[in-house]
Amino acid sequence: MKKLINHPDDFVRESLEGMAVAHSDLIKVHFEPNFIYRTDVPVPNKVALISGGGSGHEPLHGGFVGMGMLDAACPGEIFTSPTPDQMLEAAKVVSSGAGILNIVKNYSGDVMNFELAAELALSEGMRVLNILIDDDVAVQDSLYTQGRRGVGTTVLAEKICGAAAERGYELKQLAHLCRQVNINGRSMGIALTSCTPPAKGSLMFELGEKEIEMGIGIHGEPGRKRMPLRSADEITEMLALSIIEDAAYTRTLREWDEEKEEWVEIEIIDLPFKKGDRVLAFVNSMGGTPLSELYIIYRKLAQICEQKGLQIVRSLIGPYITSLEMQGCSITLLKLNDELIKLWDAPVKTPALRWGI
Amino acid sequence: MSITKKQIVQWLQAIASVIEQNKDYLTELDAAIGDADHGINLHRGFQKVLTQLPKVEDKDIGSILKTVSMTLISNVGGASGPLYGTFFLRVSTEATGKEELTDTELAHLLQAGVTGVVQRGKANLGDKTMLDALSPAVDAFAEAITQGSTIVEALSKSVQAAEIGMKETIALVAKKGRASYLGERSAGHQDPGATSSYLIVQALWETLN
Ligand SMILES: Nc1ncnc2c1ncn2[C@@H]1O[C@H](COP(=O)(O)OP(=O)(O)OP(=O)(O)O)[C@@H](O)[C@H]1O
Ligand SMILES: [Mg+2]
Repeated sequence: MKKLINHPDDFVRESLEGMAVAHSDLIKVHFEPNFIYRTDVPVPNKVALISGGGSGHEPLHGGFVGMGMLDAACPGEIFTSPTPDQMLEAAKVVSSGAGILNIVKNYSGDVMNFELAAELALSEGMRVLNILIDDDVAVQDSLYTQGRRGVGTTVLAEKICGAAAERGYELKQLAHLCRQVNINGRSMGIALTSCTPPAKGSLMFELGEKEIEMGIGIHGEPGRKRMPLRSADEITEMLALSIIEDAAYTRTLREWDEEKEEWVEIEIIDLPFKKGDRVLAFVNSMGGTPLSELYIIYRKLAQICEQKGLQIVRSLIGPYITSLEMQGCSITLLKLNDELIKLWDAPVKTPALRWGI
Repeated sequence: MSITKKQIVQWLQAIASVIEQNKDYLTELDAAIGDADHGINLHRGFQKVLTQLPKVEDKDIGSILKTVSMTLISNVGGASGPLYGTFFLRVSTEATGKEELTDTELAHLLQAGVTGVVQRGKANLGDKTMLDALSPAVDAFAEAITQGSTIVEALSKSVQAAEIGMKETIALVAKKGRASYLGERSAGHQDPGATSSYLIVQALWETLN
């Protein structure tokens, strides 16, 4: 293992310490329990947005804390979900009284830790809703698995909901918006190499020199299929088509029902893309793939979208939701409407995304 | 027959030591079908429990177990943190104010714990999770108590049931948790969570035996 670290046990903490000093104008970091939060919280009358998950996906989530995006982010150990005490303490610090929206990626650990966190915050009198993101089309089955994983759409949901919260959307509206982003966003990823979590010291999985892994998540877990390496255009086509041709996906997700005061299962259906849809195209690096290669992917993606009658009206290209140093990329397409476009364009000021100001 | 507060504390200490002994084994099992952290996660949590126990061991059983629950919830992480945390939380609620537990109380409270795990994780029996060891173990215990067995006899039945359930997970295809993403490829491996559940049940039997 060759990494710029001092000691594997200090990885998360030292990285957070660096972030705190590098971006002291935007964020602060609380240790034990660990969370990153906006310097100006609580923002009066604004619903607070909290997200979190395992570390190793930077800039997700901590890099998205700031005006127009998250109020707080709770990082776990590398690829391990954060614990409820982190979310609870973060909630106490950022809560303005207008409620808390937790944006949660659909991994069993994250889901359960965020549910417990919500229950704890509720018992302290806060209003909390959890919305799950499950946009990874690589997972086809929702009946016999945990269901689709939360990947690229998470970044877009945090940006769009963050903007909406700044504009005064109240908690229920914001939860609805977040759900809309989730059912309109789909992603698919591919790995050229595996990655090495510092504490593990060895690769997450072995991949031959001429092999790629199709349909990966973001935790270095193996994907849907292993296949021989092929050209960027062929890979882009496989990724894009599995997204564009994905049929309606139905599953039940658990949300907190404020009236019944219990967790309820709600059925949610993603609708397939269709000719004429306006989309945001997001080409993401898994950490080790350079921007130049992402543009090669984007070039082909734009052609495919045009052929399929999808109009790309916004784009995002770069490393935003990564798996440590893994080489590879993911594509996310999000169907947009006027409201989403306006919210996407709204000002944002975070360590990793910044425009409009 | 009943089980004392002191025995509950000894059980918790026994869990910490059996998890320590099996830390690498549990992690290896998790490496095959998960993300190689189950032993590390549980070890971190139960070591923290050990440091918390002296502060609460004079309190009632409910308070002791509530502390265990909160410690696991904030220190284990992953899927098993909230699941075992919820297990001990439900158990603790049923033991509020108690200095000892009768056999039927113990059976009842362990069942409440399992119900908590089911509600939190939404797993069914046969999904290749901790539930496949925990649930039959608790049922076997309750059944033996109803039939007039002593606590120790009932626990030995319980350990047998847990072991069978744990071994049966080998053949199963995972439908919950991280292992479910592997689909058919998850078959042929013993579930790490079912294994830790077996160890926890076995620790109780050994403490009382
Ligand atoms: N929904 C569930 N219900 C019951 N048990 C579960 C569920 N999901 C996972 N498990 C159990 O948890 C064990 C894995 O625990 P572990 O501590 O390794 O968490 P993890 O799955 O790696 O979490 P994370 O994905 O956040 O890293 C599995 O072996 C299984 O027995
Ligand atoms: Mg694990």
